[in-house]
Amino acid sequence: MSLLEFLRQPWPWYVAGPIIAAVYLMLLWFGKSFGISATLHAACSMLGAGKRIPFFRFDWRTQLWNLLFVLGALIGGFIASTWLSSPTPPALAPAFTEWAAANGIQSWATGMAPTELFGWEQLLTVRGLVMMVIGGFLVGFGSRYAGGCTSGHAISGLSNLQLPSLVAVIGFFIGGLTVTWLLLPHILAL
Amino acid sequence: MMKYLKFILLGVVFGIMFTKAEVISWYRIQEMFRFESFHMYGVIGSAVVLGAIGTAIIKHWRMKDLYGNTILFQDKQRTWPRYIIGGTIFGLGWALTGACPGPMFTLVGAGHPVFLVTIASAIAGTWAYGALKDRLPH
Repeated sequence: MSLLEFLRQPWPWYVAGPIIAAVYLMLLWFGKSFGISATLHAACSMLGAGKRIPFFRFDWRTQLWNLLFVLGALIGGFIASTWLSSPTPPALAPAFTEWAAANGIQSWATGMAPTELFGWEQLLTVRGLVMMVIGGFLVGFGSRYAGGCTSGHAISGLSNLQLPSLVAVIGFFIGGLTVTWLLLPHILAL
Repeated sequence: MMKYLKFILLGVVFGIMFTKAEVISWYRIQEMFRFESFHMYGVIGSAVVLGAIGTAIIKHWRMKDLYGNTILFQDKQRTWPRYIIGGTIFGLGWALTGACPGPMFTLVGAGHPVFLVTIASAIAGTWAYGALKDRLPH
């Protein structure tokens, strides 16, 4: 098997988790801290939100490294999907793919988000607005309210044994379970 | 420039891993919240265990960063409403979009450019929080 073939296989959790831990530790070694939602805070400041709102009155350039990090993450997504895409569909749980098919989601074998729900045309539908626009808004609002997202709380915070981060992660699950089990069936029916 | 290049390269590795391990997949996030697969629990769980071991080592030996400064960890403020309310709001958005902030950027590169709209919404949400901050319980 060539190196390229090796890399093109789907990567298991025990490869992904250690890489995330390595990135967290590398950022500490670079004198920074791992927290991606801080880029959204910096973006507001960069766009002039500090003129009226004191919360955004700080030098966004102190987060330039983080903005470049997410730019890299975007480029990484391009590299992986262009040159390293898997020859086989994702090994999702059969129970899940059955649920997806029953809800009109057929595109799970290709891509990372269902094209039936996430696309430019869907932006004009109520369902698309709820999932892409309101969903994004809640991610931005909630992460800043909680003082961090999955990287800042679930990885950095839990690694440092912070009780507040555990509470935040429990909150992430309360919200996520509410959507998946209570709201999504209605949203998909829209 | 070299000072910043390492962050871009680290981000590239991160984005490739995110895509190859399907961490950016809406399906994987739904599967996680439906408790149908161990995959995402394995990703996050192993990252936290290794991160905690690394953090303990750094603290125990008071290790220094690349620039010779001792690596310090800030304790999170111990006021609870913000974590449970803010966390829940975040979780609602996480399950709807199938993406937390990092994956949103990777998704744009990985053939789902419509997530630029989601990123713009997330910036608007952050902005709205900043505007309402003083009126919210923390």
